[in-house]
Amino acid sequence: MPDKIHVKTVINGEAVEFLCEPRESLLEVLRDNLMLTGAKEGCNNGNCGACSVILNGRLVNSCLVLGAEIEGKEVETVEGLAEPNKLHTIQDAFLENAALQCGVCTPGFIMAAKALLNENPNPTEHDVRFWLAGNLCRCTGYDKIVRAVLDAAETMSTEVNA
Amino acid sequence: MRAFEYTSPKTVSAAAALLAEKGDLARALAGGTDLIVQVREGKRHVERIVDIKDIPETNVLSCDSQAGLHLGSAVPCYKIYGDKAISATYPALADSTHIIGGTAIQGRAAVGGNLCNASPAADTIPALIVLEATCVIAGTDGTREVPVEQFCTAPGSTVLQNGEFLESIKIPAPKSNSSSFYLRFIPRNEMDIAVVGAGASVVLDDAKESIVSARIGLAAVAPTPLFAEEASALLAGRSSSDESAIDEAAEAAKAIARPISDMRGSAEQRVHLVGVLTKRALNGAIQRVKES
Repeated sequence: MPDKIHVKTVINGEAVEFLCEPRESLLEVLRDNLMLTGAKEGCNNGNCGACSVILNGRLVNSCLVLGAEIEGKEVETVEGLAEPNKLHTIQDAFLENAALQCGVCTPGFIMAAKALLNENPNPTEHDVRFWLAGNLCRCTGYDKIVRAVLDAAETMSTEVNA
Repeated sequence: MRAFEYTSPKTVSAAAALLAEKGDLARALAGGTDLIVQVREGKRHVERIVDIKDIPETNVLSCDSQAGLHLGSAVPCYKIYGDKAISATYPALADSTHIIGGTAIQGRAAVGGNLCNASPAADTIPALIVLEATCVIAGTDGTREVPVEQFCTAPGSTVLQNGEFLESIKIPAPKSNSSSFYLRFIPRNEMDIAVVGAGASVVLDDAKESIVSARIGLAAVAPTPLFAEEASALLAGRSSSDESAIDEAAEAAKAIARPISDMRGSAEQRVHLVGVLTKRALNGAIQRVKES
C-alpha cells in the first residue's frame, strides 16, 4: 500500500491539511475525511455533475480529481456559500423557484451556477442551459432550475448596482 | 479504486524516468477525465500515476503568427476555446474543445489527454489532423515528433512507448485564405460521444474562388481517427462553390469509412453520416474563409 500523502490546501477560504491515499478522489476526501458532505456522489464517472465543486476558479467534477492533486490549490464547495443567517442569492433563488425536489443534484447545480455567474453575470437562457448540460436532475425537468439561475443573475446584478 | 502511487514531477526528464521505471504499469495524468474513470472501473491497471501538470513544457500555450500554435499536453479545453486568437486562427480546434463533455469536464480535460486516450470517437483528433498537428513525444532519451494522424494505432493505443509521454502539440501557422471546421452527429444537444465526427480545413486562392488544398479528418468510423487523404486531394484546383466537387470528396471519404455497429449507431448510418458531415465541414470551412 503506497504511503498516505500530506496535502495542504484552502477550502472555502480556510487553510486545511489532510492525509489521503493516492487513490482517494477529491470527492471522497471532502465527504469522508473532511465531513463536507454537500458534494454528492452520483455516477462517480463525470456524467452527472452532482459532485461539482470549484477548483482554482474552474468548475470541476470532484470525483475526477485526486485528493493529492489539490496541494496548494483553492477549493470552493456549497458549504462555503451561505453566511450564518443568510443564504447565498443563488440558494435563495433555488428555493423561491422550487428548483429542487429530492435535492441530490442541487449542490452541484448551485456550484455550477456560481461558476457561470462568476464568468458571465448576465447569461441568456441558452447560456444557462449549455453551461449546465453536465449537471443532471431526474426530478425537476430543468425549467425551474434554469429560471432560478436567471433570477439569481438578475438579483445579483441589482445587488451589485445598488 | 485499486491502490497506486501518485507523483507530480517538476521536469520532463523526471517524469520520463518515473514512467520508464514502471513500464506498462505507469500512466501520465493530465485532466484525468478518462484515466481516473478507467482506473476506478478496473479497465486500466496502474501502479503509478505521474501527474504531468506541474511541468512547464506541458502547460505551454502560445499562439504566434509565424511559429504557429504550441499547445502543452496538459492544457485544459476551456483555455483553448476561451482564447480569442486561438479560436480565430484554429476554429476547428475551438469547435471540438467546446463540445467535449460539459463545463466541468472542459475545466480539466486536455487535448493531449484526448489524443493519448486514443478513442476512435475523440473529437479533437480530426481537428488536429486537418490542422496538420505534430505530436512532441518526450522520453528518457529526449524528444521525438510524430504527425498526429500516425499517433493512434488502435482503440486506446498509441505510438507511445514505455517511458514516453506526450509533451506538447505543435500546429503550423495557417496559410493565407484558410480556415477549418469540426462538427459531429449526436442524438442529444450536449454531453455525448460522436456517432460520427468530421473536420475539414481548406486553403483558397486570393480571390477565394478556388480551392488550393484541403484536408478532411474523420472520427468514430474506424479503429482510429482517419485522415481522408484521397478525398482531400480531390478538391485541389476545384471551385469553392462547386457542389459536385464537395460531393465527390464526401463520396471518397465514405469509401474509407469502416465503422462498426454499436449502441450509438449502425455501420450503415455511420457511412451515410460521413457523407453528410464531410460536406458540412468543408462548406463550413469555405464559408469561414469567405467571411474573413
